[in-house]
Amino acid sequence: MSKLRRIAVAALMTTALMPMVEASTALAAKTSLTMGMVLEPPHLDPTAGAPAAIDEVVYSNLFEGLTRIGSKGEVLPGLAERWDVSEDGKTYTFHLRKGVKFHDGTDFDASDVKFSFDRARAEESTNAQKGLFAGIENIETVDPATVKITLKSAAGSFLFNLGWGDAVIVAPESAEGNKAKPIGTGPFKFGNWVKGASVDLVRNDAYWGDKVSLEKATFRFISDPAAALSSMLAGDVDAFANFPAPESIPQLKADPRFKVVVGSTEGETILTTNNTKPPFNDVRVRRAIAHAIDRQAIIDGAMFGLGTPIGTHFAPHHPAYVNLVDRYPLDLEGAKKLLAEAGHPDGFKATLKLPPPSYARRGGEIIAAQLRKIGIELEIIPVEWGVWVPEVFKGKDFDLTIVSHTEPQDIGIYGKEGYYFNYTSDAFNDVMAKMNSETDEAKRYGLMGEGQKIITEDAVNGYLFQLAKAGVWNAKINGLWENSPIQANDLTGVSWSD
Amino acid sequence: MTLVLTRKLLWAIVTLIVASVVVFLALEIVPGDPAQVMLGINATDEAVEALRRSLGLNRPPLERYLSWISGMIVGDFGKSYTYSVPVWELFIDRVTVSLPLALLSLFISAAIAIPVGVYAAARRGSAADTGIMAISQLGIAVPNFWLALLLVYVMAIWLQLVPAGGFPGWEAGVLNGLQSLLLPAIALGLPQAAILSRVTRSALLETLGEDYIRTARAKGLSRRATLWKHALRNSMIPVVTIIGLQFAYLLAGTIIIENVFYLPGLGRLVFQAISLRDLIVVESIVMILVATIIIINLLVDLAYFWIDPRLRRRGAR
Repeated sequence: MSKLRRIAVAALMTTALMPMVEASTALAAKTSLTMGMVLEPPHLDPTAGAPAAIDEVVYSNLFEGLTRIGSKGEVLPGLAERWDVSEDGKTYTFHLRKGVKFHDGTDFDASDVKFSFDRARAEESTNAQKGLFAGIENIETVDPATVKITLKSAAGSFLFNLGWGDAVIVAPESAEGNKAKPIGTGPFKFGNWVKGASVDLVRNDAYWGDKVSLEKATFRFISDPAAALSSMLAGDVDAFANFPAPESIPQLKADPRFKVVVGSTEGETILTTNNTKPPFNDVRVRRAIAHAIDRQAIIDGAMFGLGTPIGTHFAPHHPAYVNLVDRYPLDLEGAKKLLAEAGHPDGFKATLKLPPPSYARRGGEIIAAQLRKIGIELEIIPVEWGVWVPEVFKGKDFDLTIVSHTEPQDIGIYGKEGYYFNYTSDAFNDVMAKMNSETDEAKRYGLMGEGQKIITEDAVNGYLFQLAKAGVWNAKINGLWENSPIQANDLTGVSWSD
Repeated sequence: MTLVLTRKLLWAIVTLIVASVVVFLALEIVPGDPAQVMLGINATDEAVEALRRSLGLNRPPLERYLSWISGMIVGDFGKSYTYSVPVWELFIDRVTVSLPLALLSLFISAAIAIPVGVYAAARRGSAADTGIMAISQLGIAVPNFWLALLLVYVMAIWLQLVPAGGFPGWEAGVLNGLQSLLLPAIALGLPQAAILSRVTRSALLETLGEDYIRTARAKGLSRRATLWKHALRNSMIPVVTIIGLQFAYLLAGTIIIENVFYLPGLGRLVFQAISLRDLIVVESIVMILVATIIIINLLVDLAYFWIDPRLRRRGAR
């Protein structure tokens, strides 16, 4: 045997021996799931940080709130079995589930609820959504299984707000350690965290409700779109709830091993406009922009066709959504006329500050080209989030920017004083005040619709599209969410067929 | 030799101090408030202020610099803002991936490059030499991330021999760990091998042109013996220099490969920390890397002494 051939044989043998470990797991019906995520959570305490990645690992899986949000955005009972609301809509009495234990074996009762909410609204609280708790006047533990919460004024969204990840119930014994070793009440408990690589959750056999069918769930962090594709193709990852490479979706769709589900998120992607800065303080200018935007071209060009056009600041999958897409049809002549009426017959120059996501960077280029057609010259300024927040969001130093507002049901920001797009409307504020004191759901929806019409009429921002969620998973997996009404990867109903 | 070493050590300390000032100032100038980035855009000002206080960010810069530096002197590298664990722990977690990866790819690089380079030099001008030079030119031109994608496609997706990426942790067994480092190590090592083989060849060729080689041949030493006994050792200085540079690069500059294979290495940690404005992590890890590179350079210098005894005598003067 020549020397060369001996080397070749040795090389073949080593490569043949290596994969043995992998092959043996494929036969029986699987009880574990590996889910890919783009970003790694910095820590695992949803009550002490904003990153969506935290909720995407722990929400409903590891931690639970009094209420929980279902796959369609509906409010479901969580740790509170049921609740009564007083006539004036200010007092909520929650009846808690009995026999619930935290993962460390301690009991869950009314005192944990009071502790959690008092902690979230305390002065030294670092809860990223502290505003959710600002309306609470008083929390009273009636008995171990009953909590009475009094609000300063009626707030129809209170039950929904309690379903946020920032409002989950934690125990005083373990709250401080939740960042590294989270202790909740959910159907999964914390297993292991290989920093930079993955988080394991394991089934909680002492769970109060129906046991989940997965014994183990692994969240793997893969930020590179090409790597995400190869991890799916190689079978290293079973599912991506939010696949980061839209350009590869057709390839995955054509592969029978995978299911591709394009759903909707709570992300209204808008061309945010500084409503007090000339010339954008003139509604005719804002309407002219609305008439000049071709939404489908942006969706096709920036998002590879994924996304639903919107005409207002509301998620199209929500029952209260009003379709206002045709309020400002594409009409360049009409847009030019409006600009001329506003005193800009030759258009004007302005800046467009773009944060890093591709919807903004790619979408911004397309919008700049579209607005050029009616004489508006946009100077594109790319900015990092670290700059966008202090400059645009806090400092309000901008003309136009593009951003996706991903908080669920956040139309209320149009009534928020000093919010970065500087919009004020008494009519809108009246509608919101009425909605907040209304507890009847149908009437609330009607008022939400009125609010949508007002902001569209005022063309506050350029309404572009609802961010899509392209889920890709193994065709044998059942029970993953199609839409994401809240930032979560709820695995409680997931199972493998076979 | 001792004098040279002392001088080098002093320079190392000066370098470290300068590096610490530069990295601290650079991060002071970069806009973006860590507390704001951590809590997101909906956080109340009150909550952001509370977080700034608890992270100690409300103190003046000079005070923060001094407490950082004095901490590092006693081995306390601070606590990550985002992960809330000591930076040292994060570093150890990541370096147990980055260091084996760097060593493995360096091993691949040297194991291929040195024999190939020697072979090409010994048969200068032959078809084999031309072929090796052409392939190594290609190796330098191919970007390592492209090679990585190609390897993933063939080895992981097509043949399904190894996972496409990820790192199971050394707890999962040394074999599993090495298996997941193999493709990235090849992707990193091959382009380095291309460079190193060219350096080896040209260094050797230069030595082979020296007078003493001709003398050795003239006194009847065989080609092979001249090459191995006289020429190789004398041409090792540039080779060792390049290996030192490659090691420093492989330890800290592999972020693209880490991304392609989603490995939890040092490069990704620093990159993530920069975008999250986890300043203390960036500062401390950069300092650790600067120190490591200084140590590697010192080791390379020591290797010179070992390779070339003349340097030892000159240093002692």
